Amino acid sequence: MHEMSIAQSIVELAEEQARSRHSEAVEELELEIGRLAGVELHTLDFALESAVKGSMLEHASIVRHIIDGEGTCTDCGQLFPMEALFTPCPACGSYCVKIIKGKELRVKSIVIK
Amino acid sequence: MCGTCGCGEHHHHEHDHHEHDHDHGHEHHHHHHDEDKVITLEQDILQRNNLLAERNRGYFEAKEIFCLNLMSSPGSGKTTLLEETVRRLNGKLPLYVIEGDQQTSNDADRIAALNIPVFQVNTGTGCHLEADMVNHAVKHLSPANGSILFIENVGNLVCPAMFDLGEAKKVVIVSTTEGDDKPLKYPHIFAEADVCVINKTDLTPYLNTDIETLKNNALKVNHHLRVFEVSAMKGDGMDAWCDWLCLECAKCK
Repeated sequence: MHEMSIAQSIVELAEEQARSRHSEAVEELELEIGRLAGVELHTLDFALESAVKGSMLEHASIVRHIIDGEGTCTDCGQLFPMEALFTPCPACGSYCVKIIKGKELRVKSIVIK
Repeated sequence: MCGTCGCGEHHHHEHDHHEHDHDHGHEHHHHHHDEDKVITLEQDILQRNNLLAERNRGYFEAKEIFCLNLMSSPGSGKTTLLEETVRRLNGKLPLYVIEGDQQTSNDADRIAALNIPVFQVNTGTGCHLEADMVNHAVKHLSPANGSILFIENVGNLVCPAMFDLGEAKKVVIVSTTEGDDKPLKYPHIFAEADVCVINKTDLTPYLNTDIETLKNNALKVNHHLRVFEVSAMKGDGMDAWCDWLCLECAKCK
């Protein structure tokens, strides 16, 4: 379950930033998670619940922006939504696809006290 | 000020204007206190691992070390492939191995029996290797200039895909006994890999797996994949794999 490592990384990253600004607590955490990033959202929620315990994020509200996958066909240039990593181009059927959105795994912002 | 949308204080509003879901029903009925401060970060969650991976990569580049990250499900034959590869390349190039497993030093013992320097990382309950574990292992091994360093990741077709270790090439190994739809069921690891080794090709007469289908499924997920078909046990296809390793190692110089 790599979501636990990811949850711990989120807490470390936010705490480090908050601490460097002499803050006592993080009130809000804003995440951007792509649907093609390889993270199970419910598992991440569950992992975050335990990762924040005893940390500066214990009472933080967590906002998740879920980013849908989007790809471009390297053969015909078509732009299209990608639901899976092996979505073929709807225009020409090619699997030569470049993912342009949906792999995000970012801490967008934090609100500190 | 609100960290989500940058609105002013004391507004009651809903975030229905965003292009993404707000899964937590985040309706912003909380009050923003004067002392609240919004810090825009836009930071990759895995940046700590990625930074350390880049440090490892820089070390390998400076020492002209060709580093590979071998990933697969448990039992696909990673260690056997490694043993056979080591037998063929031993004496031609300096070789080093980092073994990742949850428990035991069984795999490291198999490699050590071939007189190759090996370091075993036990991840405990961890399901994948991370860049700091490799950093630590490399300090113990101190591989020679111009060598090949094989990192055998923890047997897992899911988690290792996300963690850069600093390798030059990611190799995913899939055996014919796992079925030809494996790349479609576990696409992330195939999408991240540079090379796919299809192992246990000698067993196909006893299986329903079609190697061409398996190969095409892997290429559907990642059309950049370089595919090798081998039987590490019988030796079939091992020459092409070892030739490629030597060629790539030479490119690091």
